[in-house]
Amino acid sequence: MTIRNDMTLASIQTNAGLTAALKMDRAGVIGAIRSSGMKGRGGAGFPTGVKWNLAAAAQGAVKYVVCNADEGEPGTFKDRVILSEWPDLVFEGMTIAAYAIGAAEGILYLRGEYTYLRQGLENCLARRRQANLLGQRIQGKDGFCFDVRIHMGCGAYVCGEETALIESLEGHRGEARNRPPFPVNTGFQGAPTIVNNVETFAWAAAICAKGADWFKAIGTEKSTGPKMLSVSGDVTRPGVYEFPMGTTLREVLKAAGGENAKAVVIGGASGYCVPAEQFSRAISYEDMATGGAVIVFGPDRDMLEAAENFLEFFADESCGQCTPCRIGNVRLLEGVRMLQRGECSTKYLHELCALGQTMQIASKCGLGQSSPNAFLSIVKHFRHEILGRTPASAEA
Amino acid sequence: MSQKNPCTEGDCRTPTSQRPQVVPAPEAGDAIGSMIAVTIDDHRIKVPLGTTILEAARQLGIHIPTLCHHDDLCVAGVCRVCVVEVEGQRTLQASCAYPITQPIVIRTHTRKVRQARRHIIDLLLSEHSGECYSCFRNNNCELQSLAKEYGVDFFRFGHPEKPLYKVDRSSYSVVRDMNKCVLCRRCVRTCIDVQEVGALEAVGRGNRTTISTYLDKPLGDVVCINCGQCINRCPTGALRANDPTDEVWAAIDDPTKHVVIQTAPSPRAAIGEEFGIEPGVPMTWEMNTALRRCGFDKVFDTNFTADLTIIEEGTELIVRLYKNLVQGDASRPLPQFTSCSPGWVKYIEHFYPEYLPHVSTCKSPQQMFGSLIKTWYARMNDLDPANIVSVALMPCSAKKFECNRPEMCDSGCKDVDYGLTTRELAQMIREAGIHLPEMPKSDFDDPFGTASGSGVIFGVTGGVMEAALRSVIEFVSGKKVESFYEHADIIPVRGFEGCRYVELHIPEEVGPVPELIAHLVPDWNWIKGATLKVGVAHGTANARKVMEDIKAGGKFSECHFIEFMACPGGCLGGGGQPIPTSPAIRQARARAIYQEDAAYGKAGKARKSHENPAVLRLYSEFLTDGPCGHRAHKLLHTHYTPRGKWIG
Repeated sequence: MTIRNDMTLASIQTNAGLTAALKMDRAGVIGAIRSSGMKGRGGAGFPTGVKWNLAAAAQGAVKYVVCNADEGEPGTFKDRVILSEWPDLVFEGMTIAAYAIGAAEGILYLRGEYTYLRQGLENCLARRRQANLLGQRIQGKDGFCFDVRIHMGCGAYVCGEETALIESLEGHRGEARNRPPFPVNTGFQGAPTIVNNVETFAWAAAICAKGADWFKAIGTEKSTGPKMLSVSGDVTRPGVYEFPMGTTLREVLKAAGGENAKAVVIGGASGYCVPAEQFSRAISYEDMATGGAVIVFGPDRDMLEAAENFLEFFADESCGQCTPCRIGNVRLLEGVRMLQRGECSTKYLHELCALGQTMQIASKCGLGQSSPNAFLSIVKHFRHEILGRTPASAEA
Repeated sequence: MSQKNPCTEGDCRTPTSQRPQVVPAPEAGDAIGSMIAVTIDDHRIKVPLGTTILEAARQLGIHIPTLCHHDDLCVAGVCRVCVVEVEGQRTLQASCAYPITQPIVIRTHTRKVRQARRHIIDLLLSEHSGECYSCFRNNNCELQSLAKEYGVDFFRFGHPEKPLYKVDRSSYSVVRDMNKCVLCRRCVRTCIDVQEVGALEAVGRGNRTTISTYLDKPLGDVVCINCGQCINRCPTGALRANDPTDEVWAAIDDPTKHVVIQTAPSPRAAIGEEFGIEPGVPMTWEMNTALRRCGFDKVFDTNFTADLTIIEEGTELIVRLYKNLVQGDASRPLPQFTSCSPGWVKYIEHFYPEYLPHVSTCKSPQQMFGSLIKTWYARMNDLDPANIVSVALMPCSAKKFECNRPEMCDSGCKDVDYGLTTRELAQMIREAGIHLPEMPKSDFDDPFGTASGSGVIFGVTGGVMEAALRSVIEFVSGKKVESFYEHADIIPVRGFEGCRYVELHIPEEVGPVPELIAHLVPDWNWIKGATLKVGVAHGTANARKVMEDIKAGGKFSECHFIEFMACPGGCLGGGGQPIPTSPAIRQARARAIYQEDAAYGKAGKARKSHENPAVLRLYSEFLTDGPCGHRAHKLLHTHYTPRGKWIG
């Protein structure tokens, strides 16, 4: 079993949240989510209540609720667990969101590799339809109709970016859109659309069930609630954990059996590398924001190899649309290989770091903007380790 | 007059990822919030809500470099060269794609911005295989200009040592060299939005992304109409026309060959641009001299066969109207479609093959000329057609495909041997050491020398229609067209609106049937007082709209005659014309063409095709059984191939 500690979501009574939400008016639901202080669990950390409020206020007769279940970030697997264990909470959260913003259609965009989860999810949807938790006049609420369909992804990482996901839903190449405006105004088929992570919807249902104050009491002032983490790598107990926001990395490593780690990459491939001396930093939006991936590197790991692995991933997964991401990642990857061969001058390394900074600010979407993070942080914290390579010519 | 950008017209087919997000403007122009005050580099300006940063900066005269942006196309926001800093935002914003919706402070050349642009250019160069001095876009390349603008003096992130992709030369018209592609996707947007063809699309992802065709087949094997609009909008040398200048030079250098060139009306309105002259200055007479100095034996005016086309196509129209409306012969369907644009002909062959019976059987002026040169002209001058090399100067890349159609050999050999674009001829002229604008003026050669103003306006959208109407109105009314339209300018069919529908009234008083076509219709009583309904469309995206309207039984289905041109603006915006192109450049070229037409009138020369004395001579000496007669049919008419979307 990959669940390693007690999960709050397991204790949430199914449909308690929806029942409570339907007793409130729409503004009340949004108010509850807002006052809970929850920020998006996908990693970007946009306040969920604000997003819902924007979509509720947006002009448009048709609106959509989209659940981003394209969990493609390397080292992330907590959504898979949520979808397997508590699919009701996810659909319930979507239903609550639909009620709050006035949507009649929901789409769960499921990662292509999660095809095996689909049947279970369809069964769950069928049960909910049967129980009048989806469909017409949900729970007797006049005028509230909502249903969810599942749309399969096809294995492109970029489709986890919300506008690329919407493009993919519309049948186009998965490529990020220009913004502003944002999906809350102009999303799927041009209609106001909210795109939230699987975990966000599950917590939204929990908040409606147990109250905003309960949620707010957990975590820190700016990062409320519990957070689910996917812990992998050089630990004795890898798996899905739940911790209150604000938990230090050291505590996480202790729980997972990875105290002797030399570094952790937090947030997956698009995240950044934290060296051992910074393990007292906290998992929270104000310190280390993350979608939940905690990849642990033991003392014997070669950080340059880690950087190479991440950059190979991005060179391959860039959608190929914008210049900084499409070519930048390839140049960084070549740079890492030069470092491995001991052929990269410090001057060129400096140039590559500057390029990484350009990619962070000039790429079109979050993929390109975050792709150099791991490289830059590894260079910053492990400069001595990566610069000390011997050129092949000197070994002879 | 301006052509609208497809993405603002709401019928754009480019994916939303490559479009600016449309910000709905308040309905009242003076509504609160409809004008936004922004600050760009300390200059303040008020702009309408939704204006992009790039547009606002241009209004202030602030230059922001661009690459994927093009005035004719949707905003892609993919190259990121135009990034600027918006105060309060962590990331830089693409100024071409960022709509201004609130008061913002923008800086266009901070250290961050300059460094980012420099990096982006360096990255593009690190993948751009090609040496500037061996590229046809040398000195007219947007990537090269950017490199210069940003002072690139070494390849910071390397440079490809050898080409990665094989050059695709399979098409008669367009050559694709993906080694030079910068993935700006202008060609993709052009092909789908301007032309509604969709031959090109981005495939693959990451660093393996390329612009490709269906199943990566050679361009010659896919549904492509050869219009070359992609070439005109490519910022680099990745797309170019299939260049036959070596073969033409070889023919010129061969003393046994008699090399003649016919020149279409549009190149002369644009070729000056290749020599640093501003758009809109015609170079007709200077070009004649230059062509002779290059070594062409004879220089002919394609307008001669443009006039001939009007007689043949106008006669065909009259016969069609008579047979269809009076005799009820449904095998001659209406409306009749023009056939002089080879891009359009291939478009309808692919996309609406069931409508081919509507297309006039007339060959294009280029091909009519080709078959006359190797028959009538050869006979008159006692030349062996096999020793004549017939070259056509065209604004068009599709003409290269057209002259290679197997059915275009009615003279017994290939009617037109080589199609040259305006760009390629300019290259030949430069190579001959000639600075075109300084050439003395000289006239075209006989026997085709004299053309009419109607032939000239074939180069601009609506021109074929206007020329045909001038002749039809005079044929029917027996009166000068000037008595209905001042200076014979039929203004209603002019303009740059994508699809135009015009109704014209045939006078109640009709004249006798002119002798030239007297054997085809008995009188004009059947047409007097009628309303002639005509349509004009340019750019095949607009052609598609008209065709869909016809299919749906809309107003265009009631037309009698519709002019279709594959390229935006007509031939003057053709795929063989000087690069760059833009709505403003095309309008300047149109002005040059209309001025030349008007000049014919001022000089007392013929402005109507049926007044062209050389055309009349042709009918009296060679095509003695008249327009649409037996010999005319053999030499001047053709047939079409229903191609559908089948791909070989």
